[in-house]
Amino acid sequence: MPEATAAVDLPVAMLAELTHRCPMRCAYCSNPLALDDPQAELTTAEWKDVLEQAAALGVMQVHFSGGEPTARQDLAELVAHAAGLGLYTNLITSGVLLDAGKVRALAAAGLEHVQLAFQDSDAAGVDVVGGWSGALAKKRAVAGLVKEAGLALTANLVITRHNAARVGAMLDMALDLGCERAEVANVQYYGWGLLNRAALMPSKAQLAAMTPVVRERQERYRGRMVIDYVIPDYHARRPKACMGGWARRFLNVTPTGKVLPCHAAETIPHLPVETVRQRPLRDIWLHGAAFEAYRGEAWMPAGCRSCDRKEIDWGGCRCQALALAGDAAAMDPACELSPHHAAMAETAEQEAQAGGTRFVYRAFGPHKHSTF
Amino acid sequence: MLVSRTVVTPQSVPALAPHVTLRHDGVRDRWVVLGPERMLVPDEIAVEILKLCDGERSVAAVVARLAAEFDAAEADIAGDVTDLLQSLADKGFVRA
Repeated sequence: MPEATAAVDLPVAMLAELTHRCPMRCAYCSNPLALDDPQAELTTAEWKDVLEQAAALGVMQVHFSGGEPTARQDLAELVAHAAGLGLYTNLITSGVLLDAGKVRALAAAGLEHVQLAFQDSDAAGVDVVGGWSGALAKKRAVAGLVKEAGLALTANLVITRHNAARVGAMLDMALDLGCERAEVANVQYYGWGLLNRAALMPSKAQLAAMTPVVRERQERYRGRMVIDYVIPDYHARRPKACMGGWARRFLNVTPTGKVLPCHAAETIPHLPVETVRQRPLRDIWLHGAAFEAYRGEAWMPAGCRSCDRKEIDWGGCRCQALALAGDAAAMDPACELSPHHAAMAETAEQEAQAGGTRFVYRAFGPHKHSTF
Repeated sequence: MLVSRTVVTPQSVPALAPHVTLRHDGVRDRWVVLGPERMLVPDEIAVEILKLCDGERSVAAVVARLAAEFDAAEADIAGDVTDLLQSLADKGFVRA
């Protein structure tokens, strides 16, 4: 075995972004502003090959995502291929394109788990943030279909300042729909989410009010529904271990085959991105310049390299460092030791208090402003 | 939905939750527990316990089997086995 294989951890999970097409237009979407061209998407055969390469590389879990992965007509075929390779299969979906037949076909193909996004427990709230009228009723129906098919179900509860006051109602809804798990997903401000941050960011007071509500539901629903809750970066003291560390556990393949260390990595413009059409997945993981750029600790600023948490948070998020500190190799400003930490929290609070209403729905092509 | 919390007792009959699987990771030669968007790498003892959680044996029977296999007193390991399974039940990996 080559020497590098022993030195470099191999990936355990792959996010397979099958398409950037999506009927919803969520203002918080973390996809890049330049969405992958539908005409250039990987073919069914190419995706099957990627799945085979991923399994051989050590990937155990695949997350079919997008865009909206159910917009691909070959989704069930790809799920079956992944399951046949021994991969654990998750579907990350808005749900709005699913019906009873499609859910049954996915279950028959070996799908294990569906993560369904909910933008609110209030129908009008979902319509506004998601830009798709009637989505909540559709999602509730799809949750029922997923349970009928016997699949595991997670509710991804997307938190903005418009729904933060309803986090309890959203968790109650998730339990009522039969979810075994709910994620209180404070928006991660990348891509469209970063563009629209001022129109979405909750205040510190709103977040503080959420915490006891979430803790109470965690206690009340213990053993019935697992509730994952992460303090959002903009108000954290220490950064998240983004992706479990750059190029340590996780890889992302975009609709056109770009291989990335995280789904937001294209926001780092100088990152040399390679595709599965150019080079085997294994080579890209082990030797690709994008993967080597921030792997381990050699790239770290001195303050991270000497920190006793460097193998806990791995320096946090590179995309956030670039977006907020102007340097992808800087300390993540979510860390209280970063010189940009105070400014990050202040910006968030100013935006929350200003209550900006202008935003841009996610779309292919030119940006068009909307208002809440 | 689950109407109540799973409480693990010696009489409980534990099994991995639906859509949770114990799988051998051939690339790294280790056992992993895979569930919805989650993965655990159990230690060797936990692997032995989970392999016995087949939805037929009781916790008491799992303890008896492990005690015989590892030449330990049942009373010494019963608490650890119950605690592990309760913890995994609360995290959604085990049903009983």
